[in-house]
Amino acid sequence: MLKLVIPIAFALVAAAVAMSVWRLLRGPSAPDRILALDTLYVNAIALLVLLGIHLGSALYFEAALLIAMMGFVGTVALCKYLLRGDIIE
Amino acid sequence: MLEYLLSFLILAGALFTFIGALGLARLRDFYTRLHGPTKATTLGVGCLLIASSVYFSSQGRGMSLHEVLVTLFLFITAPISAHLLAKTALHLRIESLAPPPQGDQSDTREAGSYTEIITPPRPPERPLPEERTR
Amino acid sequence: MKRLPHPLLTPILAAIWLLLNNSLAPGHIALGLLLGWAIPLFTARFWPQTVRIRKPLTLLRFLAVVLLDIVLANLVVARLILGRPQALCPAFLVVPLRLKSDLAIGLLANTICLTPGTVSARLSPDRDFLLVHALHAPDGDALIAAIKQRYEAPLKEVFEAC
Repeated sequence: MLKLVIPIAFALVAAAVAMSVWRLLRGPSAPDRILALDTLYVNAIALLVLLGIHLGSALYFEAALLIAMMGFVGTVALCKYLLRGDIIE
Repeated sequence: MLEYLLSFLILAGALFTFIGALGLARLRDFYTRLHGPTKATTLGVGCLLIASSVYFSSQGRGMSLHEVLVTLFLFITAPISAHLLAKTALHLRIESLAPPPQGDQSDTREAGSYTEIITPPRPPERPLPEERTR
Repeated sequence: MKRLPHPLLTPILAAIWLLLNNSLAPGHIALGLLLGWAIPLFTARFWPQTVRIRKPLTLLRFLAVVLLDIVLANLVVARLILGRPQALCPAFLVVPLRLKSDLAIGLLANTICLTPGTVSARLSPDRDFLLVHALHAPDGDALIAAIKQRYEAPLKEVFEAC
């Protein structure tokens, strides 16, 4: 059952990544692109977790945690830059 | 039994992730696009992480609860980035399908009239990066 | 300087430490408690207010309601995204706030973002109004009333004396 489900899940998340990339390239405005990047990092976490289940290895957890933290900081920094024209005031 | 639960969680998680990104690609203005990734994707990844936690706990090497930490972190940060993105979009006056509510002009209390919520109080001092390249 | 500026933070930090290490060894418990004691002490100047929870049971019930609502709201949002985009009627709503403290307003904004097809967009400078964007709101006033009754009232009870 799991052998069947995991490839389907991989395909769905990969499609999600493709759509986010499409929005990232297409725009039309800066916040749209930031939102696409935000979605991309969350999708990367999903891919990593799936890979961890697929390979039966718990090593990928740290990578997922780091991506979650760095991605959030990146989103906040980009938003702040657009809001104020500066990141650290 | 456990395998069915796991399969269900993984499928539901992947589906929600997919729907979130579909909303990002498909909807027509920025503010509606914001809803897909913040809600559906967060819940989807939450489902996947819980599935991972259940899977590794069932492997017989003791409980594996640290995935809960990533879930918790995502559920705390996703609304914050959504709020910041919405604020940025309002600041840059990105056009929206919904008419922004116009506060009636008679209500001119100092800082409280809600026209102030819509129209940012001061313009940015420096040109925004988009304008700079023009 | 108080010994324990934030009594609630210590067990939370210790629990996070244990989760991060994925173990319940006595050494990790001791180290977690030590960190839970030291970190609030050294970061006390960033957090001038002490959090007090007045009604823990109400908070638990609120958390349960929010978790249930997250799942339901996601089903609703999924259906809206899969439907015709032209059929949506998005709207900006202005929610007047009765909450006063930073923490309660922050939690309300987070809850609004996570739950019923809405994203909080801007807080007025005097903290009287919260601007909210709704994905599909044919009846804005009903949504505002629901937010106030379902989320704001319990938060007010938990974090601010009535």
